[in-house]
Amino acid sequence: MKKKLVSLMLAAAMAAAMAAGCGSNNGNGGNDSASDKGNQTEEDSSKEDSSSEDSEEGGSQTASGDGAVYYLNFKPEQADQWKALAETYTEQTGVPVTVETAASGTYESTLKSEMAKDEAPTLFQVNGPVGLASWKDYCYDLKDSAVYKNLKSDDFALIADSGEVQGVAYVIETYGLIYNKKLLSDYCALDGAKIKDASEINSFAKLKEVADDIQAKKDDLGIVGAFTSAGMDSSSDWRFKTHLANLPIYYEYQADGIESTDAVKGTYLDNYKNMWDLYITDSTVEPTMLSSSTGEDAAAEFAMGEAVFYQNGTWAYNDIKDNEVADEDLGMMPIYIGMEGEENQGLCTGSENYWCVNKNASQEDIDATLAFMEWVITSDEGRICFRDEMGFVTPFTTFTDEYQPANPLVAASQEDIDAGHKTVAWCFTTMPSENWKNGVGSALLEYAQGTGEWDAVVTAFVDGWAAEVQAVSE
Amino acid sequence: MQKSLKKYFPIFALPTLLAFTIGFIVPFILGIYLSFCKFTTVTDAKFIGLGNYAKIFSDKTFGHALWYTALFTIVSVLLINVLAFAVAMLLTKGIKGTNIFRTVFFMPNLIGGIVLGYIWQLLLNGILAHFQKTLTYNSAYGFWGLVVLMCWQQIGYMMIIYISGIQNIPGELIEAAKIDGATSSQILKNVTIPMVMPSITICTFLTLTNGFKLFDQNLALTNGEPSNMSELLALNIYNTFYGRTGFEGVGQAKAVVFFILVALIAVGQNYLTRRKEVQQ
Repeated sequence: MKKKLVSLMLAAAMAAAMAAGCGSNNGNGGNDSASDKGNQTEEDSSKEDSSSEDSEEGGSQTASGDGAVYYLNFKPEQADQWKALAETYTEQTGVPVTVETAASGTYESTLKSEMAKDEAPTLFQVNGPVGLASWKDYCYDLKDSAVYKNLKSDDFALIADSGEVQGVAYVIETYGLIYNKKLLSDYCALDGAKIKDASEINSFAKLKEVADDIQAKKDDLGIVGAFTSAGMDSSSDWRFKTHLANLPIYYEYQADGIESTDAVKGTYLDNYKNMWDLYITDSTVEPTMLSSSTGEDAAAEFAMGEAVFYQNGTWAYNDIKDNEVADEDLGMMPIYIGMEGEENQGLCTGSENYWCVNKNASQEDIDATLAFMEWVITSDEGRICFRDEMGFVTPFTTFTDEYQPANPLVAASQEDIDAGHKTVAWCFTTMPSENWKNGVGSALLEYAQGTGEWDAVVTAFVDGWAAEVQAVSE
Repeated sequence: MQKSLKKYFPIFALPTLLAFTIGFIVPFILGIYLSFCKFTTVTDAKFIGLGNYAKIFSDKTFGHALWYTALFTIVSVLLINVLAFAVAMLLTKGIKGTNIFRTVFFMPNLIGGIVLGYIWQLLLNGILAHFQKTLTYNSAYGFWGLVVLMCWQQIGYMMIIYISGIQNIPGELIEAAKIDGATSSQILKNVTIPMVMPSITICTFLTLTNGFKLFDQNLALTNGEPSNMSELLALNIYNTFYGRTGFEGVGQAKAVVFFILVALIAVGQNYLTRRKEVQQ
């Protein structure tokens, strides 16, 4: 009897373990990690909620066709605003609009599983030409759509060789070195300051001189470091492996007169190194601590006035406002990496948010989606929401001057353009894959903490690029 | 009795069978099929043959993840089982507060892996901060961090299985051994361990497969940093799937290889330890 019990127990334990094992094994097919699953159910239940609300409201107003809109939003910062905007639209037209937002960093995985469902998103996003590569077979031609017609320039659309308009950018963003004007003028007032005014910083040499001096006098200024921590946690590492890496790539493309490449040469990697050295030396933390420093850490350091410089973009305003740093003290300067003639270099402006419409959706849903997009960029509700609540600058002609957001960083980017500086394009959308970015990021981190050599960064940058291009094209 | 059992068998078995088919067999077969395909979403796959499997072997991270996982599994299986057995021995001696201790040791098992991963990341980083280091400074830190985490989580669970095994040993056997003049280490070696062999089979099986399949804790604790050096197999598969455009099938192929590997090892281990079990 006892033996039977034991063998029964054994069998049960084995069956359970086997089932669990294979379950996680297969999970890769449809869903993913446990966290994503949790996320999924949460999303699903909230979707049910909103769609049931929608259908109630829709029932009272049965106005337009049978189509429905399902938007899978990329930006978690604006998740609630999109939901509210969708509700307004449903109230006005009766068309049900579902908005879901993928958790930070999980957009591709969420999109992959959502697109496999019967109720797939009708409106989704790609991050540029490389992101489009996986989804080009799903993109409806937007040539006749209102969003494309209202676009200021074709630069903001993803257009295939065949002339199909596959994606349309809906937000333009700018990044650079955000700085605290008050702290910088405090520094200028010190004896022996290297500059008398912030505007004197117009090259890498000057920036380095000032940053080194600020770092040396940090106690006099009551700060912790010149630059915020260059955190390499996944919430922050994109600032360096993607955004900072954009500059050497941009200059290389400029020098070669190209817009993308299968084999990057790494001509300006020394400049990249200089800038990275500056970030990790004149910093608020020891380089050995970088691997777990987060994006929130850096934002908090800047917002609390503990650091003068902070590399980030217009979207960071929401994270740093209403703290120690007053809005009028927010400035943004170009990221100087020591190039010839860089005093005329501007901020980095571009988009990695492109709207795509799912062509596999039913025609009614496609029509409803196009109508919704048109409403968003032409109606007062949509434009005011973009301006006040989401703080977006858009590439659409319908957003006239009164629809520009009150974001001081956006104003700073406008000043930069007015000053006649040449905008740096977002070349990082041509980076071959996530794997490439991760390889560069890891090498940067190991170099920073002293466990790796700079050569490893060069290898990951140059050889890694060619290898990734080849791997993806196979 | 036998007859009615037969008669009602479908009624009782069918719902479970159905759930098993939907939840396991179908995705399993679909998963194997997808490993031969190129796809973006699972519903529109294009058959391409063995190409995905060929790419596995040109991927250096897979080899690294494989031996790193093997190393981790060996260390964690040994540590968890030895410690769990030791704790089980202590808690069957009838010391005061046995039940409280058992409950406390078992509790970590009730917390999800992701949560545990982040909690231990905070704790370990807090300690390492004194030395101006972090968990992802070096893959060795990540490795031992993961071992500590897994021990903490699993020792309690294995302990319960060992306790039930130890309590099942007939008192007469031990008594007889004592009368024959056996020392306590002799009793342990010649009576207790052979008698709890079924528990050892279960526990090694569970810890072995858990070690190989570990994902959540790895993702939360280090996420493979630095440079994929602390990446276990399951996380490597996940990263392959999402890391590049068009590599979904390769991730899937890795998952199939992974399944075969885990199944082989588990079956082999089961065969080996089963042989040592004694009949009562």
